[in-house]
Amino acid sequence: MRVELDEPKCVASGQCVLAAPEVFDQRDEDGIAFLLDETPGADSLDGVREAVAVCPAAAIRLAER
Amino acid sequence: MKRIVVVGASAAGLAAAETLRREGYDGTLTLVGDEPHPPYDRPPLSKQVLAAEWPPERVRLRPPADLAALGLDQRLGVAATGMDVADQALRLADGSVLPYDGLVIATGVRPRRLPGEGAHVLRTLSDALTLRDRLRPGLRLVVVGAGFLGAEAAAVAWKLGARVTLLEPAPVPLAHAVGEEVGRVLSRAHLERGVDLRTGVTVTEVTEEGVRLGDGREVEADEVLVAVGSLPNTEWLAGSGLTVADGVVCDQYCAAAPGVYAAGDVARWHHPHFGVRMRIEHRTNAAEQGMAAARNLLNPEAAKPFAPVPYFWSDQYDLKIQAYGYLRGHDELAFVDGDLAEGHFVAAYRTGDRLAGALAVGMPPKTIRRWRQAVAAGASWKEVVG
Repeated sequence: MRVELDEPKCVASGQCVLAAPEVFDQRDEDGIAFLLDETPGADSLDGVREAVAVCPAAAIRLAER
Repeated sequence: MKRIVVVGASAAGLAAAETLRREGYDGTLTLVGDEPHPPYDRPPLSKQVLAAEWPPERVRLRPPADLAALGLDQRLGVAATGMDVADQALRLADGSVLPYDGLVIATGVRPRRLPGEGAHVLRTLSDALTLRDRLRPGLRLVVVGAGFLGAEAAAVAWKLGARVTLLEPAPVPLAHAVGEEVGRVLSRAHLERGVDLRTGVTVTEVTEEGVRLGDGREVEADEVLVAVGSLPNTEWLAGSGLTVADGVVCDQYCAAAPGVYAAGDVARWHHPHFGVRMRIEHRTNAAEQGMAAARNLLNPEAAKPFAPVPYFWSDQYDLKIQAYGYLRGHDELAFVDGDLAEGHFVAAYRTGDRLAGALAVGMPPKTIRRWRQAVAAGASWKEVVG
């Protein structure tokens, strides 16, 4: 799977980091999310789906292949 | 279960629908929404949309292809007008009747209004676009209510060059939500920029010229925005057999009746962690509760209590405000990080002997995350604050 992050939409809530800490992190200065792994393995699927669902800015998309 | 209806096509309703599909439900899934738009996001309405930084299509919650993949029977632009728990059927404004095996109620809230005509409110995309098109340099804008929504709108209008008057009935804005000290800091942000914040001022009606105050005086305005809170959309549930009391009353599983669940702004549920019934109008709660309601609807025998750590944020001027926990009714507040005089800080809130929540203003967002963990862990005040 491929994870897409629409950075300008991010509101720095950090909900994605709580859902999938191996895939997402936040920048120290402003909390904007960034991807640690754009193509995480199947182990991360549930966490990434959770992140997509809980992101309060609808900034994350999961493209499954 | 073969027929599930989700009433309400905003963040909570969409989260419920997506979760139902993700959890393997493959029966008929009807999404009813009273607005004509596919699910869209509301927080940007008082921020980027009002500021004309985003075109309206940017607020849609999912790309059309992702929505299509859910295989929904979409009934948009049609309000639900009634239901009966005994009949397990929902009535819509277009006269149709939808029988259901499972129901998720996510009809949200609507703005409170004031007597008189012509004032703006800010809840829907259409509300935001209407006000956006009026904002211009020099416009005299009166915002009634200095809560989060009013403050955000005031900040945007100020940035666009409007002359903003912000009228608030309480002596300190937001004191009931975040405490007086924090409310005063947030007030300062308006005053420092020349926004005319007046507190302890009641507004009785909207007039041709502006607004009339409790003492009979008038404040003139070219446009008026009323942001004085909201009311849960529950009138359509009269006679339904459900309990309605400032929201749809639910148990800790978000169940309002067997097979009937509520989520988002409209749901008043028992939060087992904080031990109170609460109704939360936060964006993150809408999604989390929509997910929880959907899961419990599909698996009532293995239902899980819905016990989130509430989270909200607000953007006002260049300040980001973030809070975790349940701050309402707190007994004490302590400043635990940052510099209050400089306007950036973390405040911790005590209710009873527990850490109830924390709020950060102008701090790097990561600094508040450990406080969330402490709230989630049910930390005592003593162990984290002293």
